[in-house]
Amino acid sequence: MQIDNNQLLRFTTAGSVDDGKSTLIGRLLYDSKSIFEDQLEAVENTSKKKGHEGVDLALFTDGLRDEREQGITIDVAYRYFTTPKRKFIIADTPGHIQYTRNMVTGASTANAAIILVDARHGVIEQTKRHAFIASLLQIPHIIVCINKMDLVDFQEDVYNAVIKQFEAFSSKLLVKDVHFIPISALLGDNVVNRSENMSWYQGAPLLHTLETMHISSDVNKVDARFPVQTVLRPQSEGFIDYRGYAGRIASGVFRKGDAITVMPSGFTSNIKSIDTLDGPLDEAFAPMSVSITLEDDIDISRGDMLVRSNNQPEPSQDIEVMLCWLNNSPAKPRAKYTVRHTSNEQKAMIKEIVYKIDINTLERDHEDSNLEMNAIAKVRIRTTKPLMIDAYRENRTTGSLILVDDATNETVAAGMIV
Amino acid sequence: MSKYYLNYLDELESEAIYVLREVWAQFQNPVILFSGGKDSIVVTHLARKAFYPSKIPFALMHVDTGHNFPETIQFRDDLVERLGVRLLVGSVQKSIDDGRVAEEKGKNATRNALQITTLLDAIEEHKVDCAIGGGRRDEEKARAKERFFSHRDDFGQWDPKNQRPELWNIFNGKYFEGEHFRAFPISNWTEMDVWNYIAREGIAIPSLYFAHEREVVWRNNSWIPKSEHLIMEENEEVFTKKIRFRTLGDITITGGIESEADTVEKIAAEVSAMRQTERGNRSDDKRSETAMEDRKRQGYF
Repeated sequence: MQIDNNQLLRFTTAGSVDDGKSTLIGRLLYDSKSIFEDQLEAVENTSKKKGHEGVDLALFTDGLRDEREQGITIDVAYRYFTTPKRKFIIADTPGHIQYTRNMVTGASTANAAIILVDARHGVIEQTKRHAFIASLLQIPHIIVCINKMDLVDFQEDVYNAVIKQFEAFSSKLLVKDVHFIPISALLGDNVVNRSENMSWYQGAPLLHTLETMHISSDVNKVDARFPVQTVLRPQSEGFIDYRGYAGRIASGVFRKGDAITVMPSGFTSNIKSIDTLDGPLDEAFAPMSVSITLEDDIDISRGDMLVRSNNQPEPSQDIEVMLCWLNNSPAKPRAKYTVRHTSNEQKAMIKEIVYKIDINTLERDHEDSNLEMNAIAKVRIRTTKPLMIDAYRENRTTGSLILVDDATNETVAAGMIV
Repeated sequence: MSKYYLNYLDELESEAIYVLREVWAQFQNPVILFSGGKDSIVVTHLARKAFYPSKIPFALMHVDTGHNFPETIQFRDDLVERLGVRLLVGSVQKSIDDGRVAEEKGKNATRNALQITTLLDAIEEHKVDCAIGGGRRDEEKARAKERFFSHRDDFGQWDPKNQRPELWNIFNGKYFEGEHFRAFPISNWTEMDVWNYIAREGIAIPSLYFAHEREVVWRNNSWIPKSEHLIMEENEEVFTKKIRFRTLGDITITGGIESEADTVEKIAAEVSAMRQTERGNRSDDKRSETAMEDRKRQGYF
């Protein structure tokens, strides 16, 4: 395999068992020859035990004991496959309404989302919910798979009708790149192999679409941001005065000699070196993990951010976020939480719920101020010290945060900075 | 450099380094769980990269079943010396001698499950608050649901249905007294990625991974190495075969495969053509459909 040019594409699949999501993933893995013999054997045995004819492809994605027993997906499961063109990570998320939190989790790192639509039913509330979450999480590419085309006689009209329905409401959402593919996961049409039953479809099958979509621009390469994770001070021979700031570049490009500003202190300096075990670099870009040294001795620690002096994020204590509540216990009014934003950690309070979004109608509700599990709302939070923020739509790393409940230590909410 | 994107191995490497640095920043006393297997060797290599030019700031912790391949122990000791890191050993034999656990009986007896107690005891004894493992999500279906930062309660147990959601790359390593975390920097790597990376980086691995002649018996569909710990059945026959191991674990249950691959490149080529998962040769996973999940819930690696 040509490792040099192969990129990693992370995608998420939204849909319920009824949409044939598990079958689609099974088909993708099976037809791309990513299933091992012992896995196939196990699935064949289970299929027989359950009385299915042939291999039930959906069984490839069954994970935990409870899931196998109940036939539903409970948690995000990650799956992997590789083709000669790309490596893929699938975040397989359950599509039931109560699992919004899992979809949000799976979507948070995805380059692409596959949204499944049952050709017989067209765009339903669930489709809208999935598309909304994909746009909320700013997944750069959306692929709408119109599945079960075999059950509607592979009619082009059905496919076109779904596109129309989808576009009618997605115009209100922020989605950049949408593809529509008519498929039959069960029979394999247009998943890996081109469909012989739908010669009217001129586009690429799903796998080819995933293999060729342009993802290099998915990461922000403009705004140079470097959250400091930890400080490296080896104090060993050859490195007596070495002081390196270790981190992963959140966005943009840093070059040796660049004028940088340390936030929040505001001190300025120039990049002296960008170091790795394999040697120093002249430049480094997101999402590389490096160690940066500066020309001047400045007090810098975890939670600080190095940015290029001519392009700075906004230090802010009053922050508007789209918040998704992830915990069984609802938000307590004016309760304090720990907010984690890049490598920074502060205390925060939810000051105001501006509006809640009805996840089914996508309408704003200005009356209801309960943040219960799976609720999505626009809120204002206030932090004890400023966070160095960018808008989430500009920067998925410096525009995102989580809230942690100090009483339970649980991650209770995910926020996208408006 | 004209292109501003990473190939997938560089991206996986960068992600793993990020995770290791988060562990260091968020915990008081993290260790790397070191089995001598390729995955923990890769994690150790990544830790060198994460903290260069500093030394690896973690101790290596080895849970010693007493049923080791001698080659693994030699490799471990050499590596520890070369890196100048501390080695902590939890001994299953000692857990047995102390009456903490009882040895399994019968031909298929292994010390695999006994490791859980030893591991949890060692974590408690050394006040470890995060144990970094080489677990990968592609290994096994229960592992597919693991987080990078995986919470364990004060009994060391994993509750797969009640895990903390993990969004973007923001990790929450907060815990209460007595609880700990497991961290999995190479969660997103596959077996193939590990081999490609070992080849690219020129990472040294134990000789057991390369094809070599060895005395073996055929059991549970794989070649189990003859050793002082193996209880032979009457009708079992010892063969000499050219084999190599895909995973290294307890010597009594780790099956080898027949192979001619004696370089990392040949292994990588062989693995890419494989039609069996690597844990297919581990009889500990074959005990039931959910064998791994059940052990993980109790605190297994």
